[in-house]
Amino acid sequence: MGEITTNHFVILATVLFAIGTLGVLGRRGAITVLMSIELMLNAVNLLLIAGSRQWGNLDGQMLAFFVIAIAAVEAAVGLAILVAIFRAKESVNLDELSALYE
Amino acid sequence: MNVDYLWLIPILPLLGAVINGLLVLMTAHREQGPPRALSGWLGTAMVAGSFFLTWRGFLQLRGLSEAERALTQTWYSWIPAGPLDLSVGFLLDPLSAIMLLFVTGVGTLIHVYSIGYMAHDRGFGRFFAYLNLFMCAMILLVLGDNLIVLFVGWEGVGLCSYLLIGFWHKSAANAVAGMKAFIVNRIGDFGFLLGIFVLFWTLMERGHGTLNFQQMQAQANLIPAGVAVLAGLLLFVGATGKSAQIPLYVWLPDAMAGPTPVSALIHAATMVTSGVYMLARMNWLYAIDPTPLTVVAVIAAVTALMAATIGLTQFDIKKVLAYSTVSQLGYMFLACGVGAYGAAIFHVFTHAFFKALLFLGSGSVIHALHEEQDIRKMGGLIKKIPITGWTFVAGWLAICGIVPFAGFFSKDEILWKTWSASMAAPWLPKLLWTIGFVTAGLTALYMTRLVMMTFFGKSRVEPEKAHHIHESPWTMTVPLVVLAIGSLGVGFLGTPEFLGLGPNRFERWLHPVFAAGEAAAHALVGPHAAHGHVVLSLTAASHVGGAGHASDAAHVDGAMHTDGAAHEDHVDLASDAAHGAEAQGELSLAHSETADPADHATGAAAHGGAAHAAHDTTMEWVLMLASLGLAALGIAVGVLLYLRRPELPQRIAASFGGLYRLVFDKYRVDELYDAIIVRPLVGISREGLWKIVDVKIIDMLVNLVGIAAKGFSYGFRFLQTGYVQAYAFVILLGIAVILFRAF
Repeated sequence: MGEITTNHFVILATVLFAIGTLGVLGRRGAITVLMSIELMLNAVNLLLIAGSRQWGNLDGQMLAFFVIAIAAVEAAVGLAILVAIFRAKESVNLDELSALYE
Repeated sequence: MNVDYLWLIPILPLLGAVINGLLVLMTAHREQGPPRALSGWLGTAMVAGSFFLTWRGFLQLRGLSEAERALTQTWYSWIPAGPLDLSVGFLLDPLSAIMLLFVTGVGTLIHVYSIGYMAHDRGFGRFFAYLNLFMCAMILLVLGDNLIVLFVGWEGVGLCSYLLIGFWHKSAANAVAGMKAFIVNRIGDFGFLLGIFVLFWTLMERGHGTLNFQQMQAQANLIPAGVAVLAGLLLFVGATGKSAQIPLYVWLPDAMAGPTPVSALIHAATMVTSGVYMLARMNWLYAIDPTPLTVVAVIAAVTALMAATIGLTQFDIKKVLAYSTVSQLGYMFLACGVGAYGAAIFHVFTHAFFKALLFLGSGSVIHALHEEQDIRKMGGLIKKIPITGWTFVAGWLAICGIVPFAGFFSKDEILWKTWSASMAAPWLPKLLWTIGFVTAGLTALYMTRLVMMTFFGKSRVEPEKAHHIHESPWTMTVPLVVLAIGSLGVGFLGTPEFLGLGPNRFERWLHPVFAAGEAAAHALVGPHAAHGHVVLSLTAASHVGGAGHASDAAHVDGAMHTDGAAHEDHVDLASDAAHGAEAQGELSLAHSETADPADHATGAAAHGGAAHAAHDTTMEWVLMLASLGLAALGIAVGVLLYLRRPELPQRIAASFGGLYRLVFDKYRVDELYDAIIVRPLVGISREGLWKIVDVKIIDMLVNLVGIAAKGFSYGFRFLQTGYVQAYAFVILLGIAVILFRAF
């Protein structure tokens, strides 16, 4: 097996990001969508750390910690909103959440 | 000469109007409105203040030499815009002084009268606010030193006229009469405005664009004859509206719907004469080319005759007086039309007294009879209400032209000036005189009819009203008495020269203003006189109008007149020469050697006129006695028909059947206008402008815009789904596009 290069990290991050994007756009369940967002964020994290390894400094890793913290906050707020929506509508199906339209 | 108090004259009544108006608004919650004594006497005091200021100006004018008689004040610059530099300025010259004196003087009396007449009216405060506002506008009209300030006053009096005709607006007929007056006046004002524009543009292109009277007159030589004719006719269109001449007189009889003091002040004494004032003010314009004056004279004479015949058949006491006013206004314009502006203003002056008196008297009668206006239900009132009755008799004698009442002198002066005028068609003055003469007889007849049916003979008052007849309070009778004295006396201010009471002081006073216009009229005396005279007079006209030294010329002319001995000489010479045609020519030529060129022209014109007058003294006596005789005849016939043999008029009316109906229906002019103007206009507006242009075109265009916007957005609305993921997809697409473009 050859050496793992930055190119491999970039390809993996891109694939993860694309999967996350498709999940955000395509899935109906709000929880799945949140998870897909996590996936996108982590793809970005991977990219940042790969960059850090490539250039030999800590900037990318530092940024990745920020992203992890923000992701935690986002998950907390997002799930709280979902709980509230579920209480109101007995559903977290995104197809049924079109109040903006009506 | 500049003075600093002229602005107070219009502002005092304005102040009164504002205070009265505010008082009414502040007491709107009260049933009674503001205290009546306060409203009434405040309004009166303001107008009286204007009167005393005018009097002060008049005395100051008298103290000046004839050439300098013009007090001016430029209050502030109003519209400085490019070539137009308009200022609010005032001009008190002999003409505006005379006008203002009787406007404010008679105005004050009518304010006092209104305190009594309107005493029980709920709109007392409002009435005085309007009346004061009217005084302000009328004073602006007369005192303005340019056409625009005059126009502001002109519109202001129109507005107040509308407000006051429709004063009792709860009755629809009154409100409609107000609207009619306003709309008919708008038609005239349109012509007036066009006339102003024509004058301004012409002066702007050829000289200095201005609308100031004195500056315009100074540039009169720059105005070509064609423009003068056009502008003169357009201005006269304005005058026909405001001063109720054919074809725009129809609003005035309807204007009697207003309270009687309004009829007296606005629709008899002051506002309706402003057309005459405007023509007199612009006399130099009509001197450039006399064609418009011929139109004025013919229309005026026909109006006078027509209105007099209608007056003969009406039964409403105020309607008779209204047609009489139209007829008298015809006399005034007739005088303007023959270039006798002095005589016109003299008649305006005397008419203000006796017509205000007659209207106020009729108001007193109506007051006494509890709103009865039909003269068939009056009669024998002179015993019940003697003060009203006898003052009314004074007004009656004045308008009939009985010596020595005021109307005699002014009407006779107009008839004589018409007879002796010279126009393009030599037969025209004699025809106009005949019409005027016949009208004088009719005037005597219809006024006698009115007086006999109202005050003399047997009482035909309805019994339940007969018990309540009472003389009016002193606030009403005192103005009547003062005006009656005026109707008796003011004629002596303008006694014609041939009576031997000295020169006509009234016309001498006004001469500086009318020098240009009257010089032109003298020039028109051409056919009688020798050629030399004609040429010289024409020079006089062009000189006075052209170089703008009207006052200088007038000054010289004044010197001639005051030089008594020389003057006498000329008159004698002229009479000696019997048929003074050649003599006049020689006189003028001889005179020209003694004076410098600028002066001799005017001198010649004046002497030509004087010699002419001397020449025709016999004729003047004959005409005067004839019109006096005719007036007496008219009165005698009136007394016979309406006092001695009251059954006769009906038989006469019956024998004229159709003609009588036609006159009684006021020649059906209203119906004619209705058929040829109003109904087509309404029809076109409704069927064409509304149902086609408005509904089918304008509305369609507007709807089309809406439909287009709706259709256009129909496709886009599907973008807005409300689904979060759809928005996220669009965001992603956007990012993709940006990234694609960036790399």
